[in-house]
Amino acid sequence: MNLDRRHFLVMLPAAAIAWKYVLAGTPDASPNYTMTDHWWSMLIDIPKCIGCGNCVRACAAENDVPDGHFRTWVERYHVNDWHMEGPEVISPDGGKEGFPAVAQSAGGGEGFSSAPQDEGKYFFVPKLCNHCADSPCTQVCPVGATFIAPDGVVLVDQTYCLGCAYCVQACPYGCRYIHPEKKVADKCTLCYHRITKGLTTACCENCPTGARKLVDLKDPNDPIHAFLKTHYVQVLKPQMATGAKVFYNELDGSVR
Amino acid sequence: MSLTKDAGHLFRFAFLFVVAFVVFLLVRHFVVPKSFGEYGHYRGAAIGEIAARPLHYAGHETCETCHADIAEAKKAGKHENVSCEACHGPLAKHANDPSIQPVKINTTVLCIRCHAESAAKPGGFPQIDPVQHSGGVPCETCHQPHNGL
Amino acid sequence: MSGVEGYMYPNEITLYWSVLIVLYPYITGLVAGAFILASLVRVFNVKAVAPTYRLALLTALAFLIVAPLPLQLHLGHPGRSPEMYFTPHATSAMAMFGFVYLWYLMAVLVFEIWLDYRSDIVHLSQSTTGWLRRLYRIMTLGSQNISPRSLAIDHKVGWIVTIVGIPSAFILHGYVGFIFGSLKANPWWNSPLMPVVFIFSAMVSGIAAVLLLYMLTTWMRKMPIDMPCVDTIAMYLFYIFILDFSLEMLDLVHRVYEADESFRTLNFMVHTRLYFSQIVLQICIGTLVPILLLAIVQVTKLPALVRRRIYVVSGCLVQIGVFAMRWNVVIGGQLFSKSFLGYTTYKMALVTREGLLVAIFLTILPLGILWVLMKLLPPWPEKEQGSLEPAA
Repeated sequence: MNLDRRHFLVMLPAAAIAWKYVLAGTPDASPNYTMTDHWWSMLIDIPKCIGCGNCVRACAAENDVPDGHFRTWVERYHVNDWHMEGPEVISPDGGKEGFPAVAQSAGGGEGFSSAPQDEGKYFFVPKLCNHCADSPCTQVCPVGATFIAPDGVVLVDQTYCLGCAYCVQACPYGCRYIHPEKKVADKCTLCYHRITKGLTTACCENCPTGARKLVDLKDPNDPIHAFLKTHYVQVLKPQMATGAKVFYNELDGSVR
Repeated sequence: MSLTKDAGHLFRFAFLFVVAFVVFLLVRHFVVPKSFGEYGHYRGAAIGEIAARPLHYAGHETCETCHADIAEAKKAGKHENVSCEACHGPLAKHANDPSIQPVKINTTVLCIRCHAESAAKPGGFPQIDPVQHSGGVPCETCHQPHNGL
Repeated sequence: MSGVEGYMYPNEITLYWSVLIVLYPYITGLVAGAFILASLVRVFNVKAVAPTYRLALLTALAFLIVAPLPLQLHLGHPGRSPEMYFTPHATSAMAMFGFVYLWYLMAVLVFEIWLDYRSDIVHLSQSTTGWLRRLYRIMTLGSQNISPRSLAIDHKVGWIVTIVGIPSAFILHGYVGFIFGSLKANPWWNSPLMPVVFIFSAMVSGIAAVLLLYMLTTWMRKMPIDMPCVDTIAMYLFYIFILDFSLEMLDLVHRVYEADESFRTLNFMVHTRLYFSQIVLQICIGTLVPILLLAIVQVTKLPALVRRRIYVVSGCLVQIGVFAMRWNVVIGGQLFSKSFLGYTTYKMALVTREGLLVAIFLTILPLGILWVLMKLLPPWPEKEQGSLEPAA
């Protein structure tokens, strides 16, 4: 508690509010936060993702994610020209420590990847809970232990969850798991403890290239509105009709 | 009424049902959490509890309140939009109590996480082959990460 | 990662629905099937199978008592299961389980058994002594009225209960199928045929189980087996089995012909990881062989001894086949990635709460309960046990 007053005064408002309550030991109070004023989601800009795994590490550190389970992970796709429907996908340890290098072909220019050694293209796809508006996971929960909060975030009440794993089966994206120690369903909370205090999520905060951006659709000043007007954006598995809210810019058709 | 008499045992069975149902309703009244149904079919208080989880990453806004000089220097470089904890790790504890010092960064590991050459990375992103490029000499010998070149 | 082939989403590598969830639909299936056999006597007036009426009811009860245990044990927090009763989620297929279960247990099975046994219970409460006497007295609910009129009323009410019980049995088990069939995320499960297939395979396994139990208990009591009775049961078993097999094949053919985005993945799975349990156990040994055996009995005139042996063999094969079917649904549905790019492996634990030993125990437990029930409420049509002979 050594943060002196000078520091408080110069802090940016959002961070200052968050920090004041963290310091006071009452981090639950988010006085300037009204749930109905927000509709949270995320934008993933695929051409910007370099597969460094920073988001996966940050998520694990921020949320105490148990080893071998992932609230967010990164996949590397390799799509061959002749076999669009059968991409080769890897995600070693969820991409936590990055990915093995793919050698540049001899003709590749400086700092610019032209043709890789194998034919076809490579790209990274970060995954996380899609915070679906018509989420199949909250639909099947027998007791109401997982729900869509009024601000559009899909949350799990871990003091109420039975651990039946029906929601794990119902998620088409593989975003849920049963916490090995707590024995309850666990998943991305969109860093609910951060976004309610004006901070961004741990993954967005730590993405070095800005490939992940927290989005508030109810905020008229959010740059997402301009972005969606000018880019080709898709959600994962639209045929599942889950109302997925994580938007992917320039998503390749082979991603599932 | 001999019908009621001869069907009397059925009423006894039905009575057990009614008793069980009343007991169920009573227990339910006391067991269901108070905030259940506040916003929907779930425990409303859960939202506040989840919002109250502790932070590990303080956020670059917090860092910049004390380290304004670094923030200023960063603006000139390519790492302008890379936030502090992306390289320095979660430092909420340090923000809380500046006497807790962050661990020194090993640049040979850190930098290549992003900058190691791979055809899988988007073109235009600066990449190097670590062995060819420096042969194991720490990156900060030549490069200044805060005003990155 | 060991046991993973191709690409799984990282959270999919562990299977969360274990062998206990395989056991659960298997056991409720036996309940529903046994009850349908009992209803043959009661509602459809098939007099030939009357000797198994009470046995079928007790079998259904014994298995129904055990049915929720595998579910309970598989929960991460078994102590929180009452929440299903207190705050059931209207949109969840699983939330209704508690209510459907309780309804079926109390309003159908226990009530019907009680009505049917009431005069025996009253007699026993007079002829026995000690704690048994006290138990029977409680079971009479304090009413010793067994006048012909009251028994006639019981008979009428029992008939109505059975009528209500048939759709209830269908709901109890069909809805287990719905839990799987309604998940759009999983193409192996997602099928409107799932509840129907579950109901028919339930009838097959339940009827076969009662057939086996009847032959076993009669043999143990050194009584002659009522051949017209077992022949009739076998006939019903055969016809329902044909229906069940047709439905399962319809599902399979439809999947193969439609060959949607998941087909390549599922097809590969059936030919590799599920080959033994699906093709060999479920379809060949558990379905085709017993159907063939039962068909032979239908079209030829075999001596009674051969027929009995065929019934025992096909009854056992049916149990293996239906259990394999539950296994293929529950475990098979979790072996492939929802990305359709890879497969994982189910490693069954041995001694954990969800392990093999518990599963074996839960399979034997209903038989133990049935034994106690049979001691308490003898289901035999002929009154032969001296000690339980009702006082004149």
